[in-house]
Amino acid sequence: MEKKDIIQSFKDSLFTGLIALALFGPIVGLRTVSKGEGLFITPQWGVVFFLVGLCILGRFLININSARRTELKIFSTLSSKFSSITEDKAKHFAITGILFAVIFPFLPFTDRYFMDVAIMILTYIMLGWGLNIVVGLAGLLDLGYVAFYAVGAYSYALIATTFGWSFWICLPLAGVFAAFFGILLGFPVLRLRGDYLAIVTLGFGEIIRIILINWYEVTNGPDGITGIPRPSFFGLPFKRSPDEGETSFHLFFNLEYSTMHRIIFLYYLILVLALITNYFTLKIRKLPVGRAWEALREDEIACKSLGVNPTNTKLTAFAIGAMFGGFAGSFFATRQAFISPESFTFIESAIIVAIVVLGGMGSQTGVVLASIFLIGITEMFRDLEQFRMIAFGGAMVLIMVFKPKGILANRKPTILMHGDKK
Amino acid sequence: MLKISNVETFYGKIQALRGVDLDINDGEIVSLIGSNGAGKSTLLMTISGVNKAKRGNIVFNGENIENKDPHKIVDMGICQVPEGRRIFSRLTVEENLRLGAHANEKGKYFENDIKEIYDLFPVLSDRKTQRGGTLSGGEQQMLAIGRALMSKPKVLLLDEPSLGIAPKLVNQIFVSIKNINKEKNVTIFLVEQNAKKALELADRAYVLVNGKVTIKGPGQELLKNKDIQAAYLEGGAKN
Repeated sequence: MEKKDIIQSFKDSLFTGLIALALFGPIVGLRTVSKGEGLFITPQWGVVFFLVGLCILGRFLININSARRTELKIFSTLSSKFSSITEDKAKHFAITGILFAVIFPFLPFTDRYFMDVAIMILTYIMLGWGLNIVVGLAGLLDLGYVAFYAVGAYSYALIATTFGWSFWICLPLAGVFAAFFGILLGFPVLRLRGDYLAIVTLGFGEIIRIILINWYEVTNGPDGITGIPRPSFFGLPFKRSPDEGETSFHLFFNLEYSTMHRIIFLYYLILVLALITNYFTLKIRKLPVGRAWEALREDEIACKSLGVNPTNTKLTAFAIGAMFGGFAGSFFATRQAFISPESFTFIESAIIVAIVVLGGMGSQTGVVLASIFLIGITEMFRDLEQFRMIAFGGAMVLIMVFKPKGILANRKPTILMHGDKK
Repeated sequence: MLKISNVETFYGKIQALRGVDLDINDGEIVSLIGSNGAGKSTLLMTISGVNKAKRGNIVFNGENIENKDPHKIVDMGICQVPEGRRIFSRLTVEENLRLGAHANEKGKYFENDIKEIYDLFPVLSDRKTQRGGTLSGGEQQMLAIGRALMSKPKVLLLDEPSLGIAPKLVNQIFVSIKNINKEKNVTIFLVEQNAKKALELADRAYVLVNGKVTIKGPGQELLKNKDIQAAYLEGGAKN
């Protein structure tokens, strides 16, 4: 590498440092502390300089790395580690992953906390798989996916609390409602693509949330809905002391009562729901409609010239993606037993989109890896408190540096050799 | 079978077609030549319904199609091979072909149809599971034509099939076009900048200038036309 390049990269990293300083200075550097009669500002410049230094160093290393033809050793080992994850290995990963997921609740180290995190990761995997239909396959960037999650959750909560119907009746209804909202969103955005589409979907997500806050008579506004019924194990509730004439789960199976029963049931419930989403997506990719989604992502004009109806294709993508979002929403409602508009903010949409993009648009296994990575990392760094989101951002930057097209960027063909092994 | 009368198409305020009259008979190869910006592609897009005509009529087998949606027009039997091929580059060759038969993939002739395409372009058969984007320009053009044929069109609209393709493959593609016309009995409407090749192949041809048809006649006759030679063939003599 030439001297000129080094100076250039050094200048560039100093500039990065400047931006970092502008960001971290006020955010991290000035800390407000409430003492007695008011708020006081305590500067913490040490931390700021550490963070800015870290940014400068990181940028400098990336610069040197890209300027050189031969990569620095640390970079090449890291990126080869990343790129060794291919679709081929992904299949083995998928099988071991599912097996692991099935036995996970009974592993010796699994406690309540692990189960909660696992349920959360699985929820995001399901949401990621649902959004993958819209973003990954059909190529329609939807930044308001959380709206369907919310519609599913609220439909479930309202139906279940009003009519007292069971989870298994409410679940498909919630999916139908969410799909309906998917079509509702789909119609006005049919002619939009890319950034314009993203803006409208973003707005749609906010509209739904604001309606939930303000439509007090129905949604109970910001107070949310409480007392959402828990799911039962095919009619057997998870209660310590069941009502008159009712048998509860632990009594029926002659077990010691434990709250873990319900948690384990919820875990398997979301696992099954997520796997159904995955199975459905894998199947539909091989059908004409699934192929039309992917074709639409590649080239809309070519689609039109071949007689693919873009209207129907887009609407089915929105509807089906939304339906799975709605299922995940019902699960969320029944698990929490309480929902409020608070849970359906834009950051949720952003995380789900991040999972799909980081996983490698359209890759099912990629979504799993990205969910574990993103949700797992934010959980791991829970002790860091307000710096948790920095870890989250850092994780995203790292993936994009080493795998710019996502963890699993290769699209898997739907038709294999000779066309007979489908 | 396809009659275009007085068609005018606009892009916003800019008029691209200024009253085009043109007709294509069953079983013919009709070529349309013209320079850049003459409106050739616009005319094809207008026939296939991707762009809508502001005025004028397009009648196909006795039915007006100027206001129909593109997928309806494909169903009726007019399929376009768009300019620049527009292969689905991340999808495999076979997936591309199947998309061509989108409307009738469940049809019982489907497997046979796809085999016919592979017979027509054997190179595609070798590359079945390869991604469309990894094919050469010529192979992509064959794929684009094959993909359009999967919809079993009565009329095939070809937009600049020679664009950006090695001369050797251009010949091969023009031979294939002739075969498609003769053996599969598909009417061909060919839009080309490569005027010499297009006129040699055509039964009849039209010249489009500034959105209007200026000259028409049998292909061989136009090849000898002085004006056409001066405007389109001298420079194109390299072919």
